[in-house]
Amino acid sequence: MCLAVPAKIIEKNNMMATVDVEGIKRQISLMLLPDAQTGDFVLMHAGFAIQLIDKQEAEITTQLLKEVSLDDA
Amino acid sequence: MTPEESRKAAEFFLRKIDEYIDHPVRFMEVCGTHTVAIFRSGIRQLLPEKVELVSGPGCPVCVTPNDYMDMAIAYAKEENNIIATFGDMLKVPGTTSSLIEANTRGADIRIIYSPLDALQMARDNPSRNIIFLGVGFETTAPLTAATIQAARQENIKNFFVLTSHKWTDAPVKALLSDDKVNVDGFLLPGHVCVITGEGPFSFVAEKYKKSAVVTGFEALDILQAVYMLAKQIHEKRAEIENAYKRVVKYNGNIIAQKAIMEVFDKTAATWRGFGLIEQSGMSIKDEYSEYDALKCIKGDKEISKENPACCCGDVLRGIIKPPQCPLFKKICTPDKPAGACMVSVEGACHAWYKYGQGRYHYGR
Ligand code: SF4
Ligand code: SF4
Repeated sequence: MCLAVPAKIIEKNNMMATVDVEGIKRQISLMLLPDAQTGDFVLMHAGFAIQLIDKQEAEITTQLLKEVSLDDA
Repeated sequence: MTPEESRKAAEFFLRKIDEYIDHPVRFMEVCGTHTVAIFRSGIRQLLPEKVELVSGPGCPVCVTPNDYMDMAIAYAKEENNIIATFGDMLKVPGTTSSLIEANTRGADIRIIYSPLDALQMARDNPSRNIIFLGVGFETTAPLTAATIQAARQENIKNFFVLTSHKWTDAPVKALLSDDKVNVDGFLLPGHVCVITGEGPFSFVAEKYKKSAVVTGFEALDILQAVYMLAKQIHEKRAEIENAYKRVVKYNGNIIAQKAIMEVFDKTAATWRGFGLIEQSGMSIKDEYSEYDALKCIKGDKEISKENPACCCGDVLRGIIKPPQCPLFKKICTPDKPAGACMVSVEGACHAWYKYGQGRYHYGR
């Protein structure tokens, strides 16, 4: 029930946004994330954007995992 | 990351987990979505035997008591009502029937994807009552709250919520103060923490001196979190750490938290398997009572009872594993669930039924 998925905002229109989820377009509400902008990646749950996905953090994690995997391998 | 890099990272985590842990430990995944991810990716089989993952109370469907379902079914029987619900609720057993049975008898039950769909239904059917089944934890509750606020803004009068929204910190507290439960650390539910932040779970480390790691739902996220738990145990630390920083901010989503606080009061609530837990439920505030189905709409509810043979309570507290329930696979199956843990794909019994191969079948 709490399954939330990443989506990219392709158009913002007041409190609604059109997002792209793996090629499928949907309308979601930005009531809980009013500052999200076109181009942002957001976590989407049951028709609402609930958080921004932090690109930088995502990259840090990936980087960390890469380093970890090289550690004394 | 390339598959090769992921594989290497996974190997690293597994090797370190093995190194850090020198005695049997039990980690509980609070969230049912983790349960499913763990089964799907075969993480249980990959981990060394001394590290056991147990499923916790983390699925709102699983913890919905009969009483709530009976009320929803009572509403469904009235011709003027439309029940708007997420699909997982259809098969959840009430005391003697379920919504799906009510549906075959002609009740108007519609599956929706978002609470906003229920609001749209209210606009489209002005002469009928739309009753939205508000089920879910902190991830879902703000959506219901925002929808109620939108209904007020538009002055929609035929939208109602039957709420069973719940707080997830409450059962974790209940688990930690129960002597029968023996857990060394927690995988905290990533999507709940997206809303709440890390704060509400700080008691796990501060008061109970247990380790906990917030994590996402990819196999590697989960392995990383188990690795972080193992490392904490090795270093004799008990802290709340975050393996899911790309979406879980320390303070969560404040607007969503405000929406919850604006619309709901914290009340005692009944959890299937746990019974009544203080401060664990969300009831609609008096200021919003015109949207509270219980206050506005009468329903002819049967007297509710829980099935005494169902062991969901012990499953949800990690005391037994699903196959140890006498009903498992015999009377209780996903097609005809006896308890709620078998209903939702995120339920522990459902996951065991579907994916439960591996070493557990060989007597462990
Ligand atoms: S609904 Fe499902 S995802 Fe949300 S907490 Fe549950 S189990 Fe986790
Ligand atoms: S097998 Fe069915 S009855 Fe037994 S604990 Fe699981 S859901 Fe409940």
